[in-house]
Amino acid sequence: MRLLSARLSARRRSPFAGLVVLLLGLVLTGGAFALFSPAQAESGQADQSTVAQGRTLFLVGCASCHGKNGEGIVTERGTQYGPPLAGVGAASVDFQVGTGRMPLARPGVQAERKKVLYNPDEIKALAAYVASLGPGPSIPTASQYSISGTDSEAVARGGQFWRTNCTACHNFAAAGGALPGGKYAPSLSGVTPKHMYEAMLTGPQQMPVFSDQVVKPSEKRDIIAYVKRLQSAPNYGGNALGSMGPVTEGMAAWIVGIGACVAFAVWIASHSVRSKKGAKA
Amino acid sequence: MSTTTNGRTAAKAPGNDKLAEAATWLDDRVGLATLAKKQIRKVFPDHWSFMLGEIALWSFVVLLLTGTFLTLWFKPSMTEVTYNGSYDLLRGVKMSEAYESALHLSFDVRGGLLMRQIHHWAANLFIAAMLVHLMRIFLTGAFRKPRELNWVIGSLLLLLGTLEGFTGYSLPDDLLSGTGIRAADGFMLAVPVVGTYVSFFLFGGQFPGDDIIPRLFTAHILLLPGILLALIGAHMLLLVFHKHTQWPGPGRTNDNVVGYPLLPVYTAKAGGFFFIVFGATALMGGLFTINPVWKFGPYDPSQVTAGSQPDWYMGWPDGALRIMPNWETHLWGFTLSWNVFLPIIVLPGVVFTAVLLLPFLEAWITGDKREHHLLQRPRNAPSRTALLVALMTFYGILWEASGNDLIATHFHLNLNYITYFNRIMVFVGPVLAFIITRRWCISLQRADRDRLLHGYESGIIMRSPEGAYAEKHLPISVDEAYTLTARDRVELPPPPGEVDSNGVANRKARGEGLRWRVRNFWFSHDIEKPTRTELEEAHHHAEHELSVRDDGHQHLTESGYTGDYELDGTPADGHQFDGRHDISGDELRKGH
Ligand code: HEC
Ligand code: HEC
Ligand code: HEM
Repeated sequence: MRLLSARLSARRRSPFAGLVVLLLGLVLTGGAFALFSPAQAESGQADQSTVAQGRTLFLVGCASCHGKNGEGIVTERGTQYGPPLAGVGAASVDFQVGTGRMPLARPGVQAERKKVLYNPDEIKALAAYVASLGPGPSIPTASQYSISGTDSEAVARGGQFWRTNCTACHNFAAAGGALPGGKYAPSLSGVTPKHMYEAMLTGPQQMPVFSDQVVKPSEKRDIIAYVKRLQSAPNYGGNALGSMGPVTEGMAAWIVGIGACVAFAVWIASHSVRSKKGAKA
Repeated sequence: MSTTTNGRTAAKAPGNDKLAEAATWLDDRVGLATLAKKQIRKVFPDHWSFMLGEIALWSFVVLLLTGTFLTLWFKPSMTEVTYNGSYDLLRGVKMSEAYESALHLSFDVRGGLLMRQIHHWAANLFIAAMLVHLMRIFLTGAFRKPRELNWVIGSLLLLLGTLEGFTGYSLPDDLLSGTGIRAADGFMLAVPVVGTYVSFFLFGGQFPGDDIIPRLFTAHILLLPGILLALIGAHMLLLVFHKHTQWPGPGRTNDNVVGYPLLPVYTAKAGGFFFIVFGATALMGGLFTINPVWKFGPYDPSQVTAGSQPDWYMGWPDGALRIMPNWETHLWGFTLSWNVFLPIIVLPGVVFTAVLLLPFLEAWITGDKREHHLLQRPRNAPSRTALLVALMTFYGILWEASGNDLIATHFHLNLNYITYFNRIMVFVGPVLAFIITRRWCISLQRADRDRLLHGYESGIIMRSPEGAYAEKHLPISVDEAYTLTARDRVELPPPPGEVDSNGVANRKARGEGLRWRVRNFWFSHDIEKPTRTELEEAHHHAEHELSVRDDGHQHLTESGYTGDYELDGTPADGHQFDGRHDISGDELRKGH
């Protein structure tokens, strides 16, 4: 997948770019239409009709890149507009669409979080449709990711798993970090527990998949609990300077610390009788 | 305010009460008062840039004070314990005693977190202040004879301060400090042949072992502070012994010092400055988080975090490491890791040696063996100033390279492109900086020369009867002219010949030839101050202009204008500057 998105970005200036932009325009209008269309009324009905509704939505909003049956679209050069979706599972759709990553607005290095274009029922329908294409991880239930009942022992354990599996990319305070090739692991502030769970389950883009064999469901929940607690903990030491480690600290030392001390030095030296007389140095 | 110059003898205090008697008794045996008196009558010149070193001195005092507080609770031990303190996010986690005590200090000791943060901010400030201080010394030529030794001491302080900072950073045994120690171990291993032994010796076996924290602790609170203290003492003694340098100006020569007596004015100022530095570090400690060890978690060799960086003063070798191409040589089953050895071991070694030797290097180039107590303005040594700016650029690029990950995420740039950019800029940047700075200095020198010869621009535009406009220049004050001309003229010797005057082949010719070329490069573009004849000519010219006008005729003889001056007696603003009126005490001239 790394290869795919690299190719996508490389193609930004290709003759196809115009076509892609046109398609995107269509996709967006389609998405907006879907958003306001009265189709939502049917949601919550039997599975079969949800899948059908999802298919309708998919044809409008996603098929241009992922193909009419989610089989993926290959360009003339053998690269892909969108990968095949059979087997990615409902969890992947819920994460990608629920965090606004899909529908992709413009091919770039990495799909970014943005405004969510579909309402929860539509997302459910899309997920149901994609899940019907092939077996894959399903959307976790609230009991799996809910952190309301976690005790402090579980939280501390979650911290251990967090540091072992995640900080290398996401930083100790979940403030995010850079990856090679213009990619990055995003900051996790404001990410819902459900989406965190799904991210671990499906491993979007550069992120590895943390299957239930590697990180058990209860451990996933502990990780989520730790991150949430860390984010809501007060800043014991004062302003956290972005929790980015020594780089911002060094900047503060120079700008605030040296800046203030030198300013005072200038002030002290200028408050002497002789230099008021205008002795220049 | 009275200004004092250094006297040779100290006045004897009249002793008539018990205390004075005791003091005299003591003085007779120890001779302290005489010594102290002499020192008390020492004089310090006044300029803000002379206080940069004080920032370093006072932050060191803050470090000693807060560090002593920390030692009361910090336990330098790698014994494994289970955390049971009040920070719940880590409760029940296994960790070293060192890390546990750092958490204890942060959460369970009253004022402990504040002290830790002040200590760490002061450490960052300490080294930053030393660096700024060093730049001021270099830019003003204050390192020249007889102060080379103090420059060497200063450079050693910078090196030891960095080591002291690194050992301190490593003490709490959190994920960042452990990562740092591990990196240091990797660096040692990259040294060919001896690396493995050094590492084995330092860690008392395989990394990480149980010895490293206690050992670093001893170095951090005993060995290094002891050496630092001794060197700082020597630094101050030499300062007092040499007396402070000063900017040139009326009444200030190479043989005196003009300024405030140490007591009471300077002491009051310096003492006040201590509280300002203390206040600044305390405010930073109270307002900004530094090294939040509780967020990093205990060190575990299997973990690492994004944003693992050393403190800023170790940033530049880290940056060099990050942009170094991945070169390795495999020889007889050994791997020579140039990619680590060159940027981390060789580069800092070379740079540090160069910094240490700068005064001697410059003296070799300029051939200047005289004593200097007057400072030079940076513009009056264009090549030296340019050299420093080039070094700063080099440092700055590497520094920026060590934050490449944050630059990538915050400015949405590709990490790889940043690396390519830095690989080029680290070579091109300093050269560009050198050229630009040198030209800049030379332009400033030219401006000074013009000011001396033609005076300052009065801002008064004169219109001649024929309608031509010209801006009136007026001579600068004698004081300013003195200050501007208080610099040396450079005399370049002729190039050394292949044979000396006796026709014998000159053995040293090659070395001398190189030196001559370097010296020529160093000085050849400088703008000299005007010579005495040039100055006299300029003054004469100005006077001539004025005198012709005094008789009521403008200095425009060619056109033969002889009419009345329409502006005479008209109170138009600026008219008084036409060169025919007395302008002493005029308000508009203020400040020139
Ligand atoms: C402009 C083209 C485009 C559109 C439109 C688009 N996608 Fe995608 N999609 C991609 C690309 C490219 C990727 C793979 C790279 C990535 O994840 O950023 C992807 C990845 C995905 C994935 C993750 C696949 C995996 O391996 O886990 C899912 C799920 C997905 N899309 C669903 C959708 C849905 C649902 C829609 C419609 C709402 C949609 N996409 C619209 C281009 C598109
Ligand atoms: C190899 C690096 C890497 C590791 C290790 C990793 N991630 Fe990620 N993570 C990423 C990247 C890259 C993305 C962005 C994916 C995208 O934009 O589609 C991401 C996205 C996420 C998101 C979605 C954030 C959002 O903005 O919606 C969550 C939540 C997340 N990761 C949690 C975790 C957790 C929890 C772990 C540890 C179990 C972890 N990650 C380990 C690289 C990593
Ligand atoms: C005699 C003087 C000093 C003593 C007694 C001392 C003592 C200590 C102690 C006990 C710690 C560990 C506390 C903790 O976990 O936070 C520490 C940490 C540290 N020290 Fe010092 N120190 C002294 C001087 C210095 C100097 C001169 C520097 C810098 C150049 C310095 C830099 C540091 C740093 C960076 C840390 C890490 C602080 C942290 O983790 O927050 N110390 N010092």
